[in-house]
Amino acid sequence: MATLPSKPIADDVSLLVVLIDTNPFFWSTSSSSLNFHQFVSHVLVFLDLIVRLSQLNQIVVIATGHNTCDYIYDSSLDTDQVTGEGELPALYSFVLQRLEEFVNKDEKLGAKQDGLSEKRVSSLLSGSLSMALCYIQRVFRSGPLHPQPRILCLQGSPDGSEQYVSIMNAIFSAQRSMVPIDCCYVGSHNSAFLQQASYITGGVYVKPQHLEGLYQYLATVFAVDLHSRSFLQLPRPAGVDFRASCFCHKTTIDMGYVCSVCLSIFCKHHDKCSTCGSVFGKAQLDAASDRKRKASES
Amino acid sequence: MNNSEKKRMNGEAEEENEEDVEDEGRDAWERTYTDERSWEALEEDESGLLQPIDNKAIYHSQYRRRLQSLSAASAASRIQKGLIRFLCVVVDLSKAAGEMDFKPSRMAVIAKHVEAFIREFFDQNPLSQIGLMIIKDGVAQSLTELGGSPEAHIKALMVKLGCSGDSSLQNALELVHDTLHKIPSYGHREVLILYSALSTCDPGDIMETIQKCKKAKLRCSVIGLSAEMFVCKHLCQETGGSYMVALDEGHFKELLLEHAPPPPALAEFAIANLIKMGFPQRAAEGSIAICSCHREAKVGEGYICPRCKARVCELPTECRFCGLTLVSSPHLARSYHHLFPIEPFTEVSARQLELSRVASKTCFGCRESLLTPGTNKAGPCAACTKCKQYFCLDCDIYIHESLHNCPGCESRRITPAAASVTMS
Repeated sequence: MATLPSKPIADDVSLLVVLIDTNPFFWSTSSSSLNFHQFVSHVLVFLDLIVRLSQLNQIVVIATGHNTCDYIYDSSLDTDQVTGEGELPALYSFVLQRLEEFVNKDEKLGAKQDGLSEKRVSSLLSGSLSMALCYIQRVFRSGPLHPQPRILCLQGSPDGSEQYVSIMNAIFSAQRSMVPIDCCYVGSHNSAFLQQASYITGGVYVKPQHLEGLYQYLATVFAVDLHSRSFLQLPRPAGVDFRASCFCHKTTIDMGYVCSVCLSIFCKHHDKCSTCGSVFGKAQLDAASDRKRKASES
Repeated sequence: MNNSEKKRMNGEAEEENEEDVEDEGRDAWERTYTDERSWEALEEDESGLLQPIDNKAIYHSQYRRRLQSLSAASAASRIQKGLIRFLCVVVDLSKAAGEMDFKPSRMAVIAKHVEAFIREFFDQNPLSQIGLMIIKDGVAQSLTELGGSPEAHIKALMVKLGCSGDSSLQNALELVHDTLHKIPSYGHREVLILYSALSTCDPGDIMETIQKCKKAKLRCSVIGLSAEMFVCKHLCQETGGSYMVALDEGHFKELLLEHAPPPPALAEFAIANLIKMGFPQRAAEGSIAICSCHREAKVGEGYICPRCKARVCELPTECRFCGLTLVSSPHLARSYHHLFPIEPFTEVSARQLELSRVASKTCFGCRESLLTPGTNKAGPCAACTKCKQYFCLDCDIYIHESLHNCPGCESRRITPAAASVTMS
């Protein structure tokens, strides 16, 4: 496009897109010391902190639900804010109200489904990541100067393996646009997808050990703008597991066979690829004519 | 005026003649500006700064045309994409490459854009390899061997940039044929020739070489910088490649980058095979080992080959000692969007948007208003065929070119029952 590339306003002005996990299946079964109500209160104070750090900072909040995702709050819009109820500032009451509306909507959408077979129920992280990236692209287009964008995922739900391809697409797109994806994971076991996301895009992944002090982790690690990160010692990943899992047994393998047509990974040598149906070792045309011959014979 | 009156009475060829009569007084360069005075379309804002011309609509229609042609081509027959590609880039450095119709010279423009192309190519095809070749003084030489590291190719290209002599297409094809003959059968063999000359000086019969390449299943494409040549067109038609001639620098860059995503490959071109690959773990922090690529001791930060435990510095690569291809799962994941592409969005006219029952007319992805600024009328937008959400034109382009995920479809949970209904 024949437009000039837009420049960041200043070193310390940031646009923070926060993705909050509201998956009811995770929050109702989590055995940790943090419940959803406390979690939201930690996050709200953190959002207030970001807004106070610089007048030009912008925040966008997107909720990741179980059946849908939606924008909750955009600090650049002059919305008719709900006036502060008693001691709560307008920001808090607005976000709380919108979150409640979102959770009700999410629940209604889920009521139409029959039981769920999966024991580990994931949230729609790929949807909110895609929406965040579209918003960031809009900010890049908005004018000659823009704040420096970054994405913060507050996730607790486990990874959904059906979202692998979409999440990886979002990660590569973020890497190209140079948008770091940070993650503060409040669930039980580490999330491999988010660890890879932070590693590939240059963000920070933290799994806090003491969830009662969540605000401390958020304020010390994630409140800092991108330029100042070079002056800080931020938590480094202990080890990111890049091994692949085979398509047949879902076990992680460190040596395997890859189909040259569809790139599916197998742990043992097969004659036929179960994903794309290509027969190995034979030219495709011969394989197709063999199949036709067999079909006509039978 | 008498002349033109007479001609008017003579019939329909009048209008053209009238214009010619008027234009006779003007020079050729003036005539090109009679209809289009692009400088009159410029506007200033309040502070006197020039406002950019709104090319959005033109850009978007160009993009849609490109998308339609791509999807039509792939839907036409059962075509797969060749994901593991072995591409030879042949740069013509004969005397014609020193011409200055592309500023500063054709050679400099080619070098700059080939560097960008190599980076884009490895970004989209992490498992593929490139080899660089040049044609100079009637002989073809190989600059770099087939390899997967972009830096090595770019460094080699920037060093040798002198042009002289004639160009020989047949020698280039022979060299490429010998190089690509040795690669494994599951790879797709491709050649991209950047041809500036208008002739070719061959030692033998080029038609035989073209037939040889066709039998070896090489897909040859040519991008010409001067004019269309029959021999290039014949080569591309026989081997199934594409032949384009660049009009200017911007067009050349576009044509070159079109070769970065995997082309539709006919199923019989490459034999499907299971390739043994290793997925190395990262070496522990602080461990000291001698790396196999630089032959010096390094601390931490490397990967360990699962078969022979040698240390390598970066992925993807081939282990130097045991020959195992080493990749990490994100490298494979980079190519998955070619296998699961999203469908193009349908265009929604302003009228349809107004009639639709959507409450807030905002783009689902970026929440930008879909109404034309300043008015209350809806502007053009696009809608996804599966989730029926509306998106603005810029999000449409971003989603299809970079993100490869539709936010609307990703924000819905499809139950297995519903999924089977949609699949059938």
